[in-house]
Amino acid sequence: MAKKQSTPQTPMTGAQALIKGLEAHGVQYIFGLPGGAAIPLFDALYESKIKTILVRHEQGATHMADGYARATGKVGVALVTSGPGATNAVTGIMTAMMDSVPIVVLCGQTISPMLGKDAFQEADISGITMPVVKHSYLVKDINSIPRIIKEAFHIASTGRPGPVLIDLPKDMTAGAFTGSLTAEMDLPGYTFPGKGNSADILKLAKMFKQSKKPLLLVGHGAVIAGADDIIKALAEKMNCPVTMTLLGKGGFPETHNLSLGMLGMHGTAYANKALTSCDLICSIGCRWDDRINGNNDEFCIGAKKIHIDIDPAEINKIVKPDLSIIGDARLIAQALIKHVGPLDTADWLKELAFYKQEFPLHYSDAEGLTAQRVIDDLYHVTKGKAVVTTDVGQHQMWAAQFYKSDRGVNWISSGGAGTMGFGFPAAIGAQFGRPGELVVAIVGDGGFQMTLCELATAAVNKQPVKVVVIDNKYLGMVRQWQELFFDNRLSGVDLKGNPDFVKLAEAYGIKGFHIANVADCRQVLEQAMKHPGPALIHAEVIKEGNVFPMVPAGKSAYHMIIEAPKTKMEKPSGST
Amino acid sequence: MKPNDTHTLSILVANKPGVLVRVALVFARRGYNIDSLVVSPVHNPKFSRMTITAKGDPTILEQIIKQVNKLIDVIHASEHDTSNAVDRELSLLKVKATPAGRAIVIKHAREKHAQVMDETDGLMILAHTGSTEELDALEALMTKYGLVEVVRTGKLLMIKGKETT
Repeated sequence: MAKKQSTPQTPMTGAQALIKGLEAHGVQYIFGLPGGAAIPLFDALYESKIKTILVRHEQGATHMADGYARATGKVGVALVTSGPGATNAVTGIMTAMMDSVPIVVLCGQTISPMLGKDAFQEADISGITMPVVKHSYLVKDINSIPRIIKEAFHIASTGRPGPVLIDLPKDMTAGAFTGSLTAEMDLPGYTFPGKGNSADILKLAKMFKQSKKPLLLVGHGAVIAGADDIIKALAEKMNCPVTMTLLGKGGFPETHNLSLGMLGMHGTAYANKALTSCDLICSIGCRWDDRINGNNDEFCIGAKKIHIDIDPAEINKIVKPDLSIIGDARLIAQALIKHVGPLDTADWLKELAFYKQEFPLHYSDAEGLTAQRVIDDLYHVTKGKAVVTTDVGQHQMWAAQFYKSDRGVNWISSGGAGTMGFGFPAAIGAQFGRPGELVVAIVGDGGFQMTLCELATAAVNKQPVKVVVIDNKYLGMVRQWQELFFDNRLSGVDLKGNPDFVKLAEAYGIKGFHIANVADCRQVLEQAMKHPGPALIHAEVIKEGNVFPMVPAGKSAYHMIIEAPKTKMEKPSGST
Repeated sequence: MKPNDTHTLSILVANKPGVLVRVALVFARRGYNIDSLVVSPVHNPKFSRMTITAKGDPTILEQIIKQVNKLIDVIHASEHDTSNAVDRELSLLKVKATPAGRAIVIKHAREKHAQVMDETDGLMILAHTGSTEELDALEALMTKYGLVEVVRTGKLLMIKGKETT
């Protein structure tokens, strides 16, 4: 097909200027779905080297941009139309906001003279998304587009990253652009911290020196800052054990003998035991989420608390630290390592080794195929090297427990928002960003059905993602809570009517695999992982497995339940 | 600081559409009520000044100030106490001016340095500038004579000396 050529004589549209801006920022892919108000933008993409990935639902577009961003560290871009197109994207924007992921979301909008007049497919998307974006723009001047694009990428990717939304009235994208493509940013109110206060870093080194039972807590901020290597060096130099948040997984290699794995509500027993026993806890890029702290009054009683974060608003928000250092995790860790030496942690590590031995993560094949078995086998089949995304719920916690991650960018999960439907589209985005690498989405039967329409996107674009559907025919995490805390009054959790997932995959032209028992599990996974194209692996697991250990919501790590309780439990007091 | 003390925030923002909503959302999300709010451009028309008073828990307010400071369009936000600042507010009071009460209303107004701005249909409008406490005092006094309507600007504040607001 002959492509249109734009000549210098042809005036440029706002949309063309915008796409030029995206190209200048190295954008490779735009995940999107058009509509009337977005047509000028799609028209400009027709002649761009940026590849448009047509999704089947706008939620998928934002999650793909998110997965791409988390897997590459680059800004992900989504493009949707006005009204329902834009509102469908809101869940993905909120997900990126909660987990500090740099995405830019471009929204078509009605023409500016019609703004506020209830035009067809008009939604006040700037207004709707204001609480869930790092920043947003409503474009009112075509010639401001290059500046806005530059600012949007800068804001999304620096400091504490986050989503930026650009609302683009159709007359702004279709109209003639007469300005300069090389505009300067104008952000007098935007700064972000860098190195951290050096006196405080010295103070921290001293606190480590005085500590007998230190603990490093690695969060998503450390992964975002690319601090993996320096944190490893720091932990090794000090002989200091390390635990990680859900999103910090891989920020320190989980296979390392100083690793305690994930802490918190469904963290390892030994990580949570370490919380109750440490005399110093140093968080690097974690925001003390309620899944970790449970009950602040009882959190790490007696331990010195240190909070390293790039966002000043995180200091004192949940935990009142003994020392806080505001800045970039990598730069602070680099400065800190110069002032610390080996600590005498032999007794402490012995104590932790005892917990590891006494309370290991475990599961049994006695009652049939469990999710843990599937994930454990997947871990071994892929040698722990896959880029893993998850959805939200029980399978997510089991994946966090049994799929050990050695690289932060290889573990992609919706943490803060807990967005069901995230895992599969995020995997597609990650696969676009990391071609040639094995990308596996571990999803539940509930969440997968929220965004499974993207099977078409994976198939059409030949993205060889592997989707492992852990099917227990329940909304399992809620079922677990109802069993433990609500007298097993199961309400609204039975997923009767699930499709035959293998046939479903085949209907999209995707190879389907089925695992129904322990004996087949590893072999089927091996076959599926070798399949050159996209594949869906339907793993039918026991229906009523529960995730343990568990710290009931609102309780501290002192109240951790390691095994299924024999007696009735009181209803949890904490958030959700 | 007591949980229900009134706090005064001064916020310098970019003079753009939507900035007020962004700031207000930070308060609203935490169930924090804004008592008064004044916004107007500063001498450089690219920027506006917001002066906000609000009552509530100081720890929540600390979060609010930090979150407001994070907004891209906010240049800076800080809490001020009035000890190192000049603060002023203006109120308009509509008071019944009955033949019997009129003279005493005017007397009180003069004593408190309020001005009579208008008298229509037996109703008088007084303009009163002062501290919030002074305005409260005259308002309370006028209720005796028949206070019909009150419109107040909300508090304005400026830091004394070299330090900027």
